[in-house]
This record gives sequence, C-alpha cells and structure tokens, in this order.
Amino acid sequence: MAWTREQMAARAAKELEDGFYVNLGIGIPTLVSNYIPEGMSVQLQSENGMLGMGPFPYEGEEDPDLINAGKQTITALPTTSYFSSADSFGMIRGGHINLSILGAMQVAGNGDLANWMIPGKMVKGMGGAMDLVAGVKRVVVVMEHVAKNKDGTESPKLLKACDLPLTGTRVVDLVITDLGVFEIDKKGDGGMKLIELADGVTEDEIRSKTEADFTVALKN
Amino acid sequence: MKKVYTDAAAALAGLLHDDMMVMCGGFGLCGIPDELIEAVRLSGVKGLTVVSNNAGIDGVGLGKLLDTRQVRKMISSYVGENKEFARQYLGGELEIEFNPQGTLAERIRAGGAGIPAFFTKTGVGTKVADGKEIREFDGESYVMERGLFADLALVHAHTGDTEGNLRYRMTARNFNPMMATAAKMTVAQVEHLVKPGEIDPDTIHTPGIFVKRIIDVGVRDKRIEQRTTRKRGDSTPAAAAGGGTH
Repeated sequence: MAWTREQMAARAAKELEDGFYVNLGIGIPTLVSNYIPEGMSVQLQSENGMLGMGPFPYEGEEDPDLINAGKQTITALPTTSYFSSADSFGMIRGGHINLSILGAMQVAGNGDLANWMIPGKMVKGMGGAMDLVAGVKRVVVVMEHVAKNKDGTESPKLLKACDLPLTGTRVVDLVITDLGVFEIDKKGDGGMKLIELADGVTEDEIRSKTEADFTVALKN
Repeated sequence: MKKVYTDAAAALAGLLHDDMMVMCGGFGLCGIPDELIEAVRLSGVKGLTVVSNNAGIDGVGLGKLLDTRQVRKMISSYVGENKEFARQYLGGELEIEFNPQGTLAERIRAGGAGIPAFFTKTGVGTKVADGKEIREFDGESYVMERGLFADLALVHAHTGDTEGNLRYRMTARNFNPMMATAAKMTVAQVEHLVKPGEIDPDTIHTPGIFVKRIIDVGVRDKRIEQRTTRKRGDSTPAAAAGGGTH
C-alpha cells in the first residue's frame, strides 16, 4: 500500500505554515491547495503575476484576463494583488516566497533537480521552474517514487546523480513520494535521509526502488 | 505629436522590416496584442526574432506568424501548446532560445532600463549557464545574463489615453509593461481609448513616454486556453494553483 495522489498532497500540506506565501506547481502540487488547514492564512502565488489566488470560477464566470500559470481560468480573493512578470520573479528570485511545491523527473541525493527536459524529445521549455528552485527559500518535491517505462519496467527517480539536464543544483529540501518522505541536506554533506514511510510500505521496499544513498531516521 | 492611429496596419506602417527583433506581450493567450500580430502577418515581413514568453497556439496569437513562416527565432520560456511550432522546430526550420521565465522578464526590464547585463542565481549549474560568465558574490555563484532591447514592442492594455499612458487588467499585465519599455518603437493596442486625465495618474502602469503609437481595438473576443470551472454549490476550495513549470 502506497500513498495516493491525494494522500501525497495532504502530506505536502503539512509543510505549510500560517502566513506563508506559496507557489504550487502543476499536477499533484496543485492538489495541496485542497488541504490548507482551516484558519491558516496561506497566499498562493501564480508566477504570471498574481498573489492571493482564488478557486476556479463557476461556469459562465470565467474571465480570459484572469488565469494562473497553467493558463487555467481562476478567481480573485479579497487579498489578491496583480503585478508584472518582472515583479513576480522579483518576489521569487528575491527570496520572498516561503515555499515552492513542484513535481520532478529526477532528484539526486545532494538536492539536484531535473524536471524540464528529456534529450531527444520535444522540449517545451523550463517556464518558471529554474527561477523558483533558485530563489524560493524551501523547495518541496512531490512525485511518484519510480518512473514507469513503456515496456512495463520501472526506473528509480531518486538517484546518486541526475542524468537528465538539471533545473537546479542543490535546491531540493524535501521529497514526498508515494512510498515515503526524504529530507535532503542541500547545503551540507548530510545527503538524503528517509524520515517517513507511507502506510504499509517497508524500508526494504524503498531500498529496492531507490538508487540514491540515504540514511534512515524515521519519525513515524 | 499625435500617437493615435486608426488601425493596426496604419500604426505599424514604416516600422516593419525583415530580420528585425519584435517583443510581443502576453502570457499564453492572456494579454496578447492579437490585432497587431495580425497586422504583422498581413505585412508579410519575415525572418523575425520574436521575444515572447510563449508562442501562441495553432492559428491564434503568434501561432499565426508561425503558420506563415515569418518567424526565424523565438526567445521564450515555454512553448508547449503549438503543433506547428513543434513541427518547424524538429524540422530545423525554427530556432529557439529558452530562457527561464524570470530571467526573460528581467532581461527585458533591464534592456528597457539601460542595464546591459545583470547577475542571477537562476540557471547556475544548468545548460542555461553554458558559455556565460559566472561570478561569486557573498559566497554564492551567479550567472551573467544580458539585457534585451528590440526594434519593436507590441503590447496589449485594457485602457490607454491619447498620450500613451496605459493601464492593464488583472493577469493580462504579465510581460506587457517591461516590453513597452524595451524597444526602439512601442505600439500599444487598447480596449478602451480615453482622453488624458481620464485614467487616475496614480493607477497608470506604463507612463506614456514609452508608447509611441496607440490604437483602439475595442473589447476583444478573447480565447481561453484552459477553461476550468467548479460546480455551483461545491464548497471545497477547488485547486486553483498550477504554476511551477509553465
């Protein structure tokens, strides 16, 4: 039994703190907004130029001038502000955003991250991902523990070193997968540490699906 | 000096030439100068280097200039939504320079502000930094990026006055304000053209000094790329985020 996407999002939401400004990536990270604890003030940043992102609009109330970074229609809140892309990335690069939660293709034991290109395939671009991981104080990756290949085999995504082109070096603080949670000492030489196991998952199972070296210091 | 022109073709008259660099405002299809792009298409100008965060979608926005092969090179952060783009790129017909989105925004801001280069943490240790100067400040490594200044900038604003002062609406602001500052000539299309004094000076985003020509295009029939809604009566705070990689 591993965690579902919803359970991974709920676990990621535990990283939120009252008063945080947070940028959420596409996919499972987006689901984190469903698990913001009641009474906690968290403002979501959308890098196309908005702070204080509201829920999707009701049908018929979509406004083409109001979209998020995934180009989805959204709504404003009483706390909302709008700004240019330069101001938006000033916020991000300048370290004013508390937390970035995003997906990944590969993460290395030292915190290196690859999530924007696969050589030989059509490259769509890095968007704001490189700016986010370079500038945001704390970077949390939420991803499946292994990649499922077309031929049915599985490849580890937690590696000794990423073999895909990097998005950033020594940028990831925490990795949440469907099997468990890892802390990374991105500034020092502490490497990767397994701190939580998903329901019904054993350390042995994680070891068999992880290429990166890691220590174990379970908190649950 | 009269800044108001009757239509997009008149506003671009004498400004277009082959192999020029054009900046184009917008994020996805939000806040794009669609009428001006259409006039560029009709002009037949080619060999363009286009600076724009995205490349439109097939047949819409910059997608129109790709269909007609008028673009030689794109400088963008994300171009995923366009089949014709992919075909030309994979076929070697179109060049692309990927910039991290914040680096792109800052390159344009810097170019408009007379700053030839700056240092940023973004991209250090990645392909983006290949061949670029790296310098250490306060124990951390930064990569040097150049300011960008174009021959022409095309922007879209919600409201403008006849002096060229502009105000944008919601997330349609995005790259438009920086681009308005970063070209030899800036042409703006606005949905509402008003007299000087009708925009509260405290709410002007782009001062008129940056805008040389302006046209009134009326309220646009805008395309939505990802129409996403929730059901009435649904009390859960539906997920509304979605950035990170786009």
